[in-house]
Amino acid sequence: MADDKHCGGASEEQHSCSKHNEARRDFLKHSSLLTALALTPSAAVKAAENSWDEKLAEKFEQVRVTLNINGEKNKLSIEPRVTLLDLLREQLNLTGTKKGCDYGQCGACTVHVDGERINSCLTFAVMLEGKKITTIEGLADGTDLHPMQAAFIKHDGFQCGYCTPGQIMSAVACIREGHANSEEEVREYMSGNICRCGAYPNIVNAILEVKNGGQKV
Amino acid sequence: MNQFQYARPSKQKTAIEAIAKDPNAQFIAGGTNLIDLMKRGVMAPEKLIDINRLPLRKIEKENNGVRIGALALNSVVAEDKLILERHPLLAQALKSGASAQLRNMATVGGNMMQRTRCPYFYDTAMPCNKREPGTGCGAMEGFNRMHAIFGFSDKCIAVNPSDMNVALVALDASVLVAGPKGERRIPFIEFHRLPGDNPEVHTNLQKGELILSVDIPDGPYTKHVHYLKVRERASFAFALVSVAAALDIDGSTIKSARLAMGGVAHKPWRLTEAEKTLVGKPVSEASFQQAAEVAMRGAKAFEHNAFKLILGPNSIVQALKTAAGIA
Repeated sequence: MADDKHCGGASEEQHSCSKHNEARRDFLKHSSLLTALALTPSAAVKAAENSWDEKLAEKFEQVRVTLNINGEKNKLSIEPRVTLLDLLREQLNLTGTKKGCDYGQCGACTVHVDGERINSCLTFAVMLEGKKITTIEGLADGTDLHPMQAAFIKHDGFQCGYCTPGQIMSAVACIREGHANSEEEVREYMSGNICRCGAYPNIVNAILEVKNGGQKV
Repeated sequence: MNQFQYARPSKQKTAIEAIAKDPNAQFIAGGTNLIDLMKRGVMAPEKLIDINRLPLRKIEKENNGVRIGALALNSVVAEDKLILERHPLLAQALKSGASAQLRNMATVGGNMMQRTRCPYFYDTAMPCNKREPGTGCGAMEGFNRMHAIFGFSDKCIAVNPSDMNVALVALDASVLVAGPKGERRIPFIEFHRLPGDNPEVHTNLQKGELILSVDIPDGPYTKHVHYLKVRERASFAFALVSVAAALDIDGSTIKSARLAMGGVAHKPWRLTEAEKTLVGKPVSEASFQQAAEVAMRGAKAFEHNAFKLILGPNSIVQALKTAAGIA
């Protein structure tokens, strides 16, 4: 009845509306049947797999994992196919990490795992149990900006800003790795981060200033 | 992305058993290519066996050579002291590949197993004998700028995209693998295959086999080496053509040479005939030109990649000159 009310209006409209509802109910019936089928795990497979001595997630199972993100332990239930990027953005509201290409080609999703920069779009979160994950939100010390964040502001290392979190995470790692000794080296080792606004000269300047300033990154 | 079962064995035996009994299971290590392919629907494994907990990350001296564990990261191998000292060609090739982020994820075994970047393989709306046998090759008469000039078949003209593979085939590496029936060793040059009639099979790794290590014998190629990668931007792009060149030079005479190309065939393309022509020759551009000419014998281009017939030999000469220090 609520649906009919929602349809409202003249009788002709009401007529066509209830027709739609019938169609919709049919669709729902069919689709829920499909869902039920899809959710039935193959009993045989399950029995065989459970003999493994290791952790196993069934196809449609949410796996419990504890992930250390920005120094906090997060107890989570996730499907194995959830990437670290989607977990951060969709479940944990850590939207500083950006989704650009989603295929490892742009670097907007760069985060640190155990201190090393990686593309979070090409990493299944479930695989990171026991690792230390740092995102752009975890870089500043309270309200004190990380030196790289401050340098990006000072040097105008961005225009639209969409690639900036990835650039900064990558830039910090670039210095830590010892690959920021010249403009040429910075450009080579920052090639995994694309900036469509073309702020590259300013990004390079920001990185070189932090590197040459000798601040701890 | 398709849903899948996920398992994370910590024993080699468990991992091999898991993959051997399930035709739709895949190992996952760095995941940089597999996850990419799964997102695009090119691959849809029913089960992923996460092998990152297996103890296969070491890089160590072994039997007159260096053993690199299959799970050693590309970035770690590229900066490893032993590798820089004994096989700088490999370090150069690795550093020229992908981006810093991807090299921090990608493993040596995974690099070997990566699939071609042929756009027809990646686009599920297009025909591709490699992705879906029998549908035809879209590249043959399509956009084939990136494609093969050696060893292709009428079924497939895709190329192997790896830089690391080119250095490893030049350095006479071998691959140690373990399967349900035990271990075996595959010469690196036989690890990847030509497309022939079944381009869907891209390596000679058998079902149920796990790569344990890549072993490189010690050799004289510690000084005069160069990996030249020619691509459409300065960094982070696949090779149009690449050349791994290594020379053992005595005075001004070449004692021996190792030469291989990337971006030209379905497998890393070793140039043994060209290597032979260099032995005993003086270090000179003329010697290198001659080797390049031999190297290019049998090359055949398609509509959009005829430039490789010129870029190829030029790159060989340039790589050899740089390796010899006369560039």
